[in-house]
Amino acid sequence: MKKLGKLYLVLVLLFLYVPIFVLIVFSFNETKSRSVFSGFTLEWYKRLFHNRIIISSLINTILIAVAASIISTVLGTLAAIGINSMKKVPKAVVMNVTNMPIINPEIVTGVSLMLLFVFFAARMNLEFGFVTLLIAHITFDVPYVILNVMPKFKQMNPHLYEAAQDLGCGPFKAFRKVVLPEIMPGVISGFLMSFTYSLDDFVVSYFTSGSTSQTLPITIYSMTRRKVSPEINALSTLIFIAVVIVLIVKNVIESRAAKKSGLS
Amino acid sequence: MKIKLKFFSAPYLVWMIVFIVIPLLMIAFFAFTTEDGGFTLKYISDVGQYANIFVRSIWLSLIATAICLVIAYPVAFILSRMEKHKQGTMLMIVMLPMWMNFLLRTYAWMTLLGNNGIINNLLGMIGLGPYKLINTSAAVVLGMVYNYLPFMILPLYSVMEKIDKSLFEAAEDLGCSGVQTLFRVIVPLSMPGITSGITMVFVPAISTFIISRMLGGGSNLLIGDLIEMQFLGNAYNPHLGAAISFVLMVIILVIMTVMNQFDPDDQVLI
Amino acid sequence: MKKILSLFLAAAVGCPLLAGCNAETADEAEEEEASSQTLTVSDPEYYSKFKGKGISINVYNWGEYISTGAEEGTLDVNGEFEKLTGIKVNYTNFATNEELYAKLKGGAASYDVIIPSDYMISKMIKEGMIQPLDLGNIPNFKYIMENFRNQDYDPENAYSVPYTWGTVGIIYDTTMVDIPEEEIDWDLLWNEDYADQILMFDNPRDAFAIAEIMLGYSLNTEDPEELQQAAYKLLSQKKIVQGYVMDEIFDKMGAGDALIAPYYAGDALTIMDENEDLNFVVPKSGTNLFVDAMCIPTAARQKEAAEMYINFMCEPDIAYSNIDYICYSTPHQGAYDMLDEEVRESHISYPSQDFIGANTEVFVNLSDEANLKMQELWTDMKSAEDENTNKWIAPIFLIFSFLLMAFVLIRRHIKTKKDLF
Repeated sequence: MKKLGKLYLVLVLLFLYVPIFVLIVFSFNETKSRSVFSGFTLEWYKRLFHNRIIISSLINTILIAVAASIISTVLGTLAAIGINSMKKVPKAVVMNVTNMPIINPEIVTGVSLMLLFVFFAARMNLEFGFVTLLIAHITFDVPYVILNVMPKFKQMNPHLYEAAQDLGCGPFKAFRKVVLPEIMPGVISGFLMSFTYSLDDFVVSYFTSGSTSQTLPITIYSMTRRKVSPEINALSTLIFIAVVIVLIVKNVIESRAAKKSGLS
Repeated sequence: MKIKLKFFSAPYLVWMIVFIVIPLLMIAFFAFTTEDGGFTLKYISDVGQYANIFVRSIWLSLIATAICLVIAYPVAFILSRMEKHKQGTMLMIVMLPMWMNFLLRTYAWMTLLGNNGIINNLLGMIGLGPYKLINTSAAVVLGMVYNYLPFMILPLYSVMEKIDKSLFEAAEDLGCSGVQTLFRVIVPLSMPGITSGITMVFVPAISTFIISRMLGGGSNLLIGDLIEMQFLGNAYNPHLGAAISFVLMVIILVIMTVMNQFDPDDQVLI
Repeated sequence: MKKILSLFLAAAVGCPLLAGCNAETADEAEEEEASSQTLTVSDPEYYSKFKGKGISINVYNWGEYISTGAEEGTLDVNGEFEKLTGIKVNYTNFATNEELYAKLKGGAASYDVIIPSDYMISKMIKEGMIQPLDLGNIPNFKYIMENFRNQDYDPENAYSVPYTWGTVGIIYDTTMVDIPEEEIDWDLLWNEDYADQILMFDNPRDAFAIAEIMLGYSLNTEDPEELQQAAYKLLSQKKIVQGYVMDEIFDKMGAGDALIAPYYAGDALTIMDENEDLNFVVPKSGTNLFVDAMCIPTAARQKEAAEMYINFMCEPDIAYSNIDYICYSTPHQGAYDMLDEEVRESHISYPSQDFIGANTEVFVNLSDEANLKMQELWTDMKSAEDENTNKWIAPIFLIFSFLLMAFVLIRRHIKTKKDLF
């Protein structure tokens, strides 16, 4: 029975990994063929680094992901604090609306934001591009921050903040000294989550990017719609390697932290 | 002077109203108005002519969701019964492909399924094929399963991980067979995971337009394609597009309500 | 100019027709690169007008429609423009005229230079979406051949500067399609022997055109009955079509994933570079002749810089690099004169005037009603089910949802009862 289970797991893993490994193998293929391997080359990697469009959209993607996740972490953390101290009914209303971008299909979120931006663009000289992308990303990031931070309040004594203020702390000092440390793990995981969602988002960006700022997923999409060059395989390989490294580092840090806390 | 904590949420509330509530209202507004702003039901009723696309989308995503559930359930179970220290690593290995950009993952299947692709080439070596694999609805379902499988595994795993092992022993002691244990103990206890897994797979699957475009060859239109076509594609008509989006939202709301009925916690939206 | 690539594909130096497009050696390519560094333009003074002002322009062009420099030995046209003028170019792509129209009309993006085709240009003129050009800022307009000026879509040539032209034909795999070249016509796309090996245009205008030619209608028919018949024709083809695609054709035909596809002559030549088994035929029963021209949208923010870009694209050296890279036919006298003899005499790129007169028709803008009708028929055709699945899919779905609802209701009923006690 146990062996059968292992075999099953291996099969599922094969299903998940074979396509990715095929992509990686063919990034070293000498010809453009996607089914016959004819020889080893690093040519496609060289070309990838000379491809202006890819490099600039990579930079764009990272800029937007960093900015969006920082802003939404601040916004979302503050929001979570506020929502937590709301009365039952307004709290439920706000939480239901907050859940909207998560429940709604991405395409609806994208289209709705596009309609809004078009409305503004016509009236307020707003140009589609970095700003609209940033707003869109913050909009779908904030709910994840809120959902990560909210549960931390359940574990916290609700009167701590007021007690600190009664003891003479200013509101911001009280917040910094009392509330923040308690919710920090939630804030951090909210930040990481929104960063990865931003990095990887295609659908919402597709509808809100306009003509100047392309993110990497949009560039990848237009690459797959045209004459496909193995550069795209090279790009996949690099992304895969980056992901593996990040996850390994994350795991090592986590297990170290776990050991530490286990010791103390 | 004390600052009330609830005012901390003011900036977000403004943001929420401007960028979540108003855009959704705009979809409703566009869906029910003509170009010069008058009220109309024309676009909503026009959606009816695409009923077959809706049916196909719902059908294909139901199949994909069902397949995901069948594949993911044993995976989550096996993972949750592993030794604790192995679980983290295994979970990471299972989830890792999800971190790859999803366009690239779908593109990978394009190269595998092509008429002259790797699968057909391999089959050709043993004298089979070539089969028509790409640009079929089966390919679209495969794409959905491949892309959204981790969304099913994760919630199932997190629920099953919490099920106490002694429960199985107890069930066995009380004379349950393996199958009975499965349906009387494991399934009911993992119900929250099943419902959230189903919504996490079904919602993106029903609204995708990338998978159908890349693996369906443009002749397997889904709702997502239809919406995209009205806004940025070959058939520019934002009012109709808004109407289709509106209907899609309603469908998903209905499905969420139905799913919530199965959730014992009943943290219901409606 | 994908010279380096064609070296990889050692065999790709076969067809004499494509001489201009693929028969160059690496040495020549290097030479080319060297020459690109000393690019000469007619009036450097003119181009320095916006230097150091930090201006950028948004250019929206078809995919694979400019020399990008991504492959060695080719000129990076946008890069050269940035170097020369100090104006930053944000360059993005679209796949069909309709997509361009949607993006512009929806207001989701602002562009300074766009390159639509003939019929779309007249539609955009009519709707006030593009603005008249100041030809005084585009001195290189003088290179545009006389017979490409003042075309029907823009009778006074006030709005557009022609970029390329070409015809539509069929590209097919000669090793698998055993029909002699002379006998190939549009009906090949309906030939059931090649079921699932056929690709088709993924835009209504080009797809309808093919059906209209076969039915003997005008390519610009507005008769609802004729449009309906054309849609039926397309529907009858659907079951043997492998996929509806645009620029994906490069990939699918190049890799041998499909055997037959209709496409634009220039792109067909590019694909044939990569796969020597392919051939391209312009069917004798008639085809569409198109002109793609550069325009400036009414909402453009940098009109003068946009005109400078258009002028730059008409520099003989630049026009030649582009045309050499994308293999379309050029309306630019200077670039035409630089082409190899073989290319100029190719009946694919430069068919005789007699052929053009007798066998081709240019699209004109259809009335709004006809456009709408075509769009509706097109979406219907694409969303139509295969007959055999249609029958059972809806009932099963209905039964399934009925059962689900029943289950939910019963459950709820039991639950409320339980709660009561």
